[in-house]
Amino acid sequence: MLRLEKRPSPSRFWQGMTPVLAVVLTMIAGGVMFAALGKDPVEAIRTIFWDPLFNAQFASYSRPQLLVKAGPLILIAIGLSLGFRAGIWNIGAEGQYIMGALAGAGVGLAFYPAQHWGIFPLMVLAGALGGWVWAMIPAILKTRFNTNEILVSLLMVYIAQNILSSMSLGLLRNPEGGGFPGSRNLSQYPSASNPELIAGTGMHWGVIAAFMAVIAAHILLQRHILGFHIKLAGQAPRAARFAGVNPTGLVLLCMGISGALAGLAGLFEVAGPAGQISIDFNVGYGFTAIIVAFLGRLNPIGILLAGLLMALTYIGGELAQFMLGLPAAAIQAFQGMLLFFLLAVDLLSNYRVRLGAKVEAA
Amino acid sequence: MTRPELLRVAGVTKAYPGVVANSDVSFAIAEGEIHALLGENGAGKSTLVKMIYGLVKPDAGRMTLRGAEYAPAEPRAARAAGVAMVFQHFSLFEALNVAENVALGMENPPPMKALAGRIRAVSAEYGLPLDPARMVGDLSAGERQRVEIIRCLLQDPKLLIMDEPTSVLTPQEVDILFKTLRQLASEGTAILYISHKLEEIRSLCDEATILRRGKVVATCTPRDRSAREMAELMVGATLTPPARAGGTKGRTALEVAGLSVASPIAFGTSLRDVTFAVRRGEVLGIAGVAGNGQDELLLALSGEVRAGRDTVRIDGAGVGDRGPNERRALGLVSAPEERLGHAAAPDMTLVENALLSGALRKRLTANGFIDWEATTAFARGIVEEFDVRTPGTHVAARALSGGNLQKFVVGRELLQAPGVIVINQPTWGVDAAAAAAIRQAILDRAAGGAAVVVISQDLDELLEISDNFAALNEGRLTKARPVAGLTIDEIGLMMGGAHGMEVAHHGH
Repeated sequence: MLRLEKRPSPSRFWQGMTPVLAVVLTMIAGGVMFAALGKDPVEAIRTIFWDPLFNAQFASYSRPQLLVKAGPLILIAIGLSLGFRAGIWNIGAEGQYIMGALAGAGVGLAFYPAQHWGIFPLMVLAGALGGWVWAMIPAILKTRFNTNEILVSLLMVYIAQNILSSMSLGLLRNPEGGGFPGSRNLSQYPSASNPELIAGTGMHWGVIAAFMAVIAAHILLQRHILGFHIKLAGQAPRAARFAGVNPTGLVLLCMGISGALAGLAGLFEVAGPAGQISIDFNVGYGFTAIIVAFLGRLNPIGILLAGLLMALTYIGGELAQFMLGLPAAAIQAFQGMLLFFLLAVDLLSNYRVRLGAKVEAA
Repeated sequence: MTRPELLRVAGVTKAYPGVVANSDVSFAIAEGEIHALLGENGAGKSTLVKMIYGLVKPDAGRMTLRGAEYAPAEPRAARAAGVAMVFQHFSLFEALNVAENVALGMENPPPMKALAGRIRAVSAEYGLPLDPARMVGDLSAGERQRVEIIRCLLQDPKLLIMDEPTSVLTPQEVDILFKTLRQLASEGTAILYISHKLEEIRSLCDEATILRRGKVVATCTPRDRSAREMAELMVGATLTPPARAGGTKGRTALEVAGLSVASPIAFGTSLRDVTFAVRRGEVLGIAGVAGNGQDELLLALSGEVRAGRDTVRIDGAGVGDRGPNERRALGLVSAPEERLGHAAAPDMTLVENALLSGALRKRLTANGFIDWEATTAFARGIVEEFDVRTPGTHVAARALSGGNLQKFVVGRELLQAPGVIVINQPTWGVDAAAAAAIRQAILDRAAGGAAVVVISQDLDELLEISDNFAALNEGRLTKARPVAGLTIDEIGLMMGGAHGMEVAHHGH
């Protein structure tokens, strides 16, 4: 019989090892599933994890996609993780992402067709502001009226989606687009575009922003008293109040940062890889980023790796569907397994597993 | 003793990573015997009773109950064998009534009406007045303890384990409890009694087993020994009572005037018009039965709950509307009663917990950036100076025993060169030696010119260290009176008597 025994302090070794173990377990369980579907498991796993990066035929297309997809996930997840650490649950990053894109693109399009180096920085600012404003709504409702930020921020996503539809059909619609919904293409407007900075890598300003956010969050959490207060508020709210943390200020700060970063991600996406505002501009980065944040253990470095891994399974999954004819549901199940194992083996960092009555050496 | 043996513990050993909690522990309890288990923090008392109650499994050794092999795999098995336990921390739901709480702890609860009848019968039989229909949230700490005791008594136990039962009771309530325990013993129930209060053990217990660092160091008959002797057996050293330096008192450092705040705690007690002043070098002891506004008073003084600006003044400056850090800047430090979750973050290391309240006064940050080296040094200093038993400063606060964490928390505040000290229950759950050290440290700070407010439910402690004495009763504070010349009866009256219990307690 298996027994669980709480460790006196969390194990540092297992905190680092659990993600690796989870990936290995996912490969085994996923391999079994692919074999049951009549596919060669080794080939399927290789198509998902290896081919997108190293296959001579596909890598030239899919390798840059890794950063393109991982960039917004990491940027949003970093913001969310700060709130999650403090016990503040912003579930509405998708809406903040949309509003950031709309605000940023709106500023860019307002200057069209003027050319000036200052336009893009202004758009970046507007993008962050758009996401921040959208996040401030649930934040202020929470601090003023004690509403639940989970519900409010989530519902604000649907409002943002409707504003997005309205904008792409109305105010921001391309006047030269022949009546089709969608804005002008920003990637064809040099002063407002967010181009690929190094050809063939997928690197754009949004990816750089994501890396900077990782570093800044790491320093904040490891070295700054504000990061300490964020962690303290999440772990022991009464101790945080004793330490002098102002809960209202913390809600506004954490919601504000996560909203601004989500807004930035939206702006970089609309000015770069997506190119234009359209009805279906948002593809769920804001929600997937929640998973990325938890996959990365709410730790900045972990989120960096989790964002890359998540992006890889999406790209590799598409490739496997296309190359091996695996059903989309099997790919989703595979991604689900990864999440399951990551969360399940996380138990090892706080608990020791003991077999029966036997006593292991400590 | 001619009474038949009930429980025998033979050569029991239990090791945790890095610590041997119990090493070859043996003792026996006879039926109807009240047996004391004495020892310092970390001496292994808790581990030992947890093994008897089936919460922890011994690595080696064996136990017999009435001669038969006894190895409970879980508390349910222990209860089935007739072993019951009243924990130091109650596990009751405040929003449920007494009968519902009792039913939650039973394997096969009878219908509510029948259960309420049995609760009434048992409470009458043992002189523990308790109305089964009352909401637990409205009960005093003493009454809550009765719920736990009656929950045990309904199982008709052969052995009742009590972990520090008197720490939350008024002197009158202690008398009632002792009567009940003696009655139980006379009916043949054995009682294993854990306490630090040696005088209590001398008046109540038949036998005592003394543990030190996981080993049995002595067994004795408490009535034949002095409290001092037992304390020295427990600590393994000679004890010196705290020394009072009768220094001169300075000017008023902490002034509270007309402080009224609503309780932020569910089922809490609001403070009503609390007024007092403490001068430099002076210790004000605030007594009161648990739940009469002690937590609220600490929150209002520490700055976690705010009131009008001039209701609280530090050195003349109004700070009633200021937060904890602004008050820390003016020299006020505070130590809340609840160690885990309030005074310290359970999952954070001791270093991080040192930063928690020490950041400002110990200048552990520069432009908001944490100086981890200085913080670690501060944490080490606390561990050394206050004799905190821990493998290091990197361990999580929850890994420390209650008494050791208490030493850490109190030490963290006292080492910040404070001008005003507010402490709620400074030595709760702490053994005699550590308690003496904490009291001495508090007195030393007072002698050094700090104004001290000690809120405590331990009257002996307050009388030992206070210059002035006041009591909280339903959120109101009595006028402070000099300790010299106060009688126990006067103190009892200040505390509000026994909350109407003498009336209810009759028949035995």
